[in-house]
Amino acid sequence: MAMTLEILTPEKSLFEGEVTSVKVPGTEGGFEILNNHAPIIATLMPKGEVRIVQPGQKEQVFPVKGGVVEVLRNHIVILTEA
Amino acid sequence: MPNLKEVRVRIGSVISTQQITKAMKMVSASKLRRAQTSIQQLRPYTRKLSAVIDNLNASLEGEIELPLATDRQVQHLAVVVVTSDKGLCGGFNANLIKTARKIIQNFQKQSGGKGMCTVIPVGKKGMDFFRKSDLRIDTRFVGLIQRPSFDQSATLGTALMDDFLNGIYDSVQVVYSEFKNPVIQYYRAHTFLPMVQDSGETSSDKKRTDYILEPNAAQIIAEMIPAYLRLSLHRAILDTNASEHGARMTSMDKATENAGELLKGLKLQYNRARQAAITTEITEIVGGAAALVG
Repeated sequence: MAMTLEILTPEKSLFEGEVTSVKVPGTEGGFEILNNHAPIIATLMPKGEVRIVQPGQKEQVFPVKGGVVEVLRNHIVILTEA
Repeated sequence: MPNLKEVRVRIGSVISTQQITKAMKMVSASKLRRAQTSIQQLRPYTRKLSAVIDNLNASLEGEIELPLATDRQVQHLAVVVVTSDKGLCGGFNANLIKTARKIIQNFQKQSGGKGMCTVIPVGKKGMDFFRKSDLRIDTRFVGLIQRPSFDQSATLGTALMDDFLNGIYDSVQVVYSEFKNPVIQYYRAHTFLPMVQDSGETSSDKKRTDYILEPNAAQIIAEMIPAYLRLSLHRAILDTNASEHGARMTSMDKATENAGELLKGLKLQYNRARQAAITTEITEIVGGAAALVG
């Protein structure tokens, strides 16, 4: 099953689509989310970047200022304020 | 009998007024559309954030201490009054100000005139009104309504939360207008702080999943609550912005309609005057001709 990612801010949706890997800057340390990751809710560092890899593409980087990441059944949601 | 030329001038001026109100209506309509889109864009984020908070609330063992939810005796009340910068939108701003004044009066009555009250206007109309009152006002955030952005709303939200935590304000009320549709606005007052916890909303118990929580539920919640509050404040500002354009649209539509009616009456008057003038002229000619023949 493919893994989907949504990056949401109050003003718009920054990213929506299929990904193979997501690296997030968790407050307890950064980690990478791959296919079939266990359900997790983690807060993000006040200043950090989310690195994502889409199938067959290069790594993309999104800067984030805090927020939270939720992984559930191969669906990742990152909530951040800009 | 009104003079022909006078009526013509009046018709001209009513027509140009009508053109202006019509243009203003159309401008508001397009601004309204933009305001509505930004409200809609807020929705996915809001939904997800509430879902995460609910989920965490459910997995929490017992209540946790939330400093932002502490009820204190209110000695200093802050009222955030969200209004528009510009007028010409019917009773919109007047209604918002009225709602705010009611809250302030109630508070002063309850505290026996001893309580402090600070007004934080967002939008020039509110500032203009409260500047004339003897209340303390904080005008740092007046410009927020012009072009609402989350960043700015967040700054206001954070400032309010800091002041609440530092014991400057014991309660923060937000007066805003809820956008129902372009014609209907609800004028509302909402308790921003202390935060109201709605308990017992655990309807989705069955679908609960066991998440790995990092660092832990309490800390995630402590981080999510301010985010949620900032969001609700931003929402109030966006709603007021959309309502403003809705209200202006309706009032400009009414004005255009009224101008049309006025024009109808004036045209009738004008034609009557013209007809009268023609009749007089003919009578004069006929009279003159008759005098020549006779």
